[in-house]
Amino acid sequence: MRALDRKLMRDLRRIWAQALAIALVMACGVSVLVLAHGSLHTLAETRDTYYERNRFADIFAGAVRAPEALAADIAGIGGVAQVETRIAEHMILDMPGMVEPGMARVFSLPADGAPVLNVPLLRQGRLPDPLSPDEVALSEPFADAHGLRPGDGFSAIMGGRLRDLRVTGTVLSPEYIYTIGPATLFPDDRRFGLFWMSHAGTAAAFDLDGAFNDLALRLVPGTDPAPVIAALDDLLAPYGGTGAHGRDRQTSHAFLQQELDQIATLARIMPPVFFIVSAFLVNMVVGRLVTLERQQIGLLKAVGYSTGEVAAHYLKLSAGIGLGGVLIGWGAGWWLADALARLYGEYFRFPYLIGQAAFWPYAVSGGLAPATVLAGAMRAVWATARLSPAVAMSPPAPPAFSRGMVDAAGQRLRLRQTTMMILRSVTRWPGRASVTLLGTAASVAVLVGSLFFYDAVEVMMDEMFTLSNRQHLSLTLTTAQTRGALIDARNLPGVLDVEGGYTLPVRLMNGPREKLVALEARGEGAELVRVLDRRGRAVGIPPGGVVLPQLLAQEIGAGAGDLIGVEFMAETRETHVLPVAAIIRQTLGEAAYIHEDTLFSLLRQAPRVNRINLMADTAELPALYAQVKATPAIGGVALWSEVQAQFRREIDESLMTVVFIYALLGILIAVGVIYNAARIQLAERTHELVSLRVLGFTRAEVGFVLVGEIMLLAVIGLPVGLAAGYGLAALTAGQMSSQMFEIPLVVSGPTYAWSAIIVFVSALISVLMVRRRLDRVDLVSALKQKE
Amino acid sequence: MTQTPVFRTEGITKVYGSGPSAVHALRGVDLTLFEGEMVVLLGASGSGKSTLLNILGALDRPTAGRVFFRDRELSRASDRELTTFRRDHVGFVFQFYNLVPSLTARENVALVSEIAKNPMRPEEALERAGLGHRMDHFPAEMSGGEQQRVAIARAIAKRPEVLLCDEPTGALDSRTGVTVLEALADVNRELGTATAIITHNVGIQKIAHRVIFLADGQVSRVVENATRIAPAEVTW
Repeated sequence: MRALDRKLMRDLRRIWAQALAIALVMACGVSVLVLAHGSLHTLAETRDTYYERNRFADIFAGAVRAPEALAADIAGIGGVAQVETRIAEHMILDMPGMVEPGMARVFSLPADGAPVLNVPLLRQGRLPDPLSPDEVALSEPFADAHGLRPGDGFSAIMGGRLRDLRVTGTVLSPEYIYTIGPATLFPDDRRFGLFWMSHAGTAAAFDLDGAFNDLALRLVPGTDPAPVIAALDDLLAPYGGTGAHGRDRQTSHAFLQQELDQIATLARIMPPVFFIVSAFLVNMVVGRLVTLERQQIGLLKAVGYSTGEVAAHYLKLSAGIGLGGVLIGWGAGWWLADALARLYGEYFRFPYLIGQAAFWPYAVSGGLAPATVLAGAMRAVWATARLSPAVAMSPPAPPAFSRGMVDAAGQRLRLRQTTMMILRSVTRWPGRASVTLLGTAASVAVLVGSLFFYDAVEVMMDEMFTLSNRQHLSLTLTTAQTRGALIDARNLPGVLDVEGGYTLPVRLMNGPREKLVALEARGEGAELVRVLDRRGRAVGIPPGGVVLPQLLAQEIGAGAGDLIGVEFMAETRETHVLPVAAIIRQTLGEAAYIHEDTLFSLLRQAPRVNRINLMADTAELPALYAQVKATPAIGGVALWSEVQAQFRREIDESLMTVVFIYALLGILIAVGVIYNAARIQLAERTHELVSLRVLGFTRAEVGFVLVGEIMLLAVIGLPVGLAAGYGLAALTAGQMSSQMFEIPLVVSGPTYAWSAIIVFVSALISVLMVRRRLDRVDLVSALKQKE
Repeated sequence: MTQTPVFRTEGITKVYGSGPSAVHALRGVDLTLFEGEMVVLLGASGSGKSTLLNILGALDRPTAGRVFFRDRELSRASDRELTTFRRDHVGFVFQFYNLVPSLTARENVALVSEIAKNPMRPEEALERAGLGHRMDHFPAEMSGGEQQRVAIARAIAKRPEVLLCDEPTGALDSRTGVTVLEALADVNRELGTATAIITHNVGIQKIAHRVIFLADGQVSRVVENATRIAPAEVTW
């Protein structure tokens, strides 16, 4: 090994702590890039493959009862490649060992037994025999939650009758990657299951012989779905069609897409922040590291090395650090991406994960990271290597200072000279100071931008479960009934309060923009389920118009007072032009609202209900549940306290894991920035600081100069970071809000305080680690070195 | 000259490292420095001059032997006590000035006067060092001689009992070297500060009351100058 290379290895060993700190900051930027894009890529790739292999449909539609013969007409619509009709119904389950009612969605299998679209993927056993009406294939998570295996039997109430069913197999479905029941937010494998049964069995149970009520289409590639949807709606209208829609309104797809969009948003916002900060920092630090080698560079040139050879030597040193950062970053990013994808893999029901990593994040980070390191080194090496050896070997002239505002302030405030040293150093090297300041600020901003999710979730939970949905149970009726049903509901065991609601699918139209949503009718003085205005206060629904949540209003481009078209997709299929009566804030979902008097006068019908919200005495819940299970008129039930508990659990597990990772990386930036800044300060000013010790200053007083300067900059960086953090939170909240959730932009005092405290303490610990080195510097040997 | 000792050493030795690679910088030095006297320490490189000065100035501790400042034993003092000792009693002047670049001449001196018990005003210290006209300049704006005189002003501002100078003219040309020596001689004469100067320059020995020669970590001989010359007469 050449002497110069041996020097390289020893230098790297000598500055290992600093090299590691630089490499770690670099690794932060690299790993976030690899992590975010890695998990995004895995999930998107897995989903697309799963959709393709199991022929996930492009268009979905429901009807009340359509004749099988209609399928041929539908297949004749231009651009339709495949059609599959089936029976799909929700039903209440009474599962052994469960006090509360469970729910299932039952699908009929084609008469020949082999679905062509949305093909269920068999995990165990077989699909039911078309000739055996009591055989059922279960969704795998539900079967697992109840310990059911092929060959096991259980009982369920189907279409109001208790049936003995036998499990033939377990399956996963591309339609239910995200498996949620009606009116819930998160998968609950125990309370909601999917059943596939023979066509004959389901048709008999739900009285749909020779008819279907659910339909899926696959389009010829490149077909515009809009005309197909319109034609399909026309064909289904006479049979109670509830509005055809594309994948965007398919629940599982929409949730998965939302999650992917959220990861993509984080991937767009966070990695550049990390990458730019780390690149900038590394560039500066490496530059200063090389500048400290000035005399050695002079020496190497003096003994005959060319400028090129000297430059190459230091570039190798920097490349070593950069390479370390990239490797650590790749490793950490790959590992985290894998962990995250696994986490999502449990949350979303994929049969497999396609872990093929995207190549470009590795290529981009692998190219950019060393480039920034080398650019920083190059700048410094070039400046030094150009000097004549004699000049380079002699100590550099003392840096020039000049008088300015600091002096006036210093005199007026009678500041101590050590304080003046701090202030002058900051004003003399504003670039260097701003790296420390901005690094701290970036760290705080990342923390605020991540931790604010906790605040947002609290507000969302408060709005969803305390302000908006205050009921214990929501019952969905199999068919709409007169308001007399409310009296029956009031007489159920333990019921304290009852409120009826009526929901129907509508298409909202504003010029060329249209949107299929649920329209909910509300009466006066609704107390259980309430609508909130934009300031979060409960408000009534004004008669005469429709009330839209903010995101929906934006989507169709309508403001308060505008007239929009409202097409009722069921019953009397009519279109009315109605004013937008108010815009409201809605955390969850994008249902529109209308006063029940207005709706039923438009429908020319007596008021009806198809949904009943209940407040109940919790002690009487078992009796209430038993009654609900035994009532055939009830087609679905949502247990809100369970929904709330689940929401909390899922948020804690998934979103917060991501938030935690980002917050941790944010802290690492602070540590990297501060530790490096302090190390450089120490290296450059050892002589000066030791001189103070010689003059009789105590360790604490000398330490103050070092710690004081860095912490002054860090403290100035805190408010900058808090402001930037708010901006980052606003950006993230805006980008992550979707048709499912509106992420409110709320950053609480404690979030600001914790972000600032965490960064302040991390900074203090980092700088105190360096101060310990200062304390250990040997006075005599430090003074022997020339300045 | 009064013959009250300021420093007294008893057989101090200093060994750097251990085993076969150990370097014996001092091998049993007995020495006394008196109030108000000016001493020049002469010797070849590696003779132990700087080590001796560092031990007297409480920057370093002897491996063996005892060091007394008046009646106080420095060789047994704690780290904190040594810091206080430096703060209150000793002024240092080094070859490479060791000024704080971010502070002006006045502020560099104020650095010391702010923490000393009975300091002179920074302006007075700078006047004594012959720098009354450049008080508000930063180190980068001054010549080497001027920077060294700021260092002297800073060293004397606390009214130290001893001034320890390690090659104070080592980095200077003859003309500026003379101005620095004049400043040291003035301080010694007017304030009665005991002054020890390390130098390679044999010409300087004649400005001292006593010359102590070191060789191989030991005092080889001590010469008292019957007649002293003024710094201006020193030939380089």
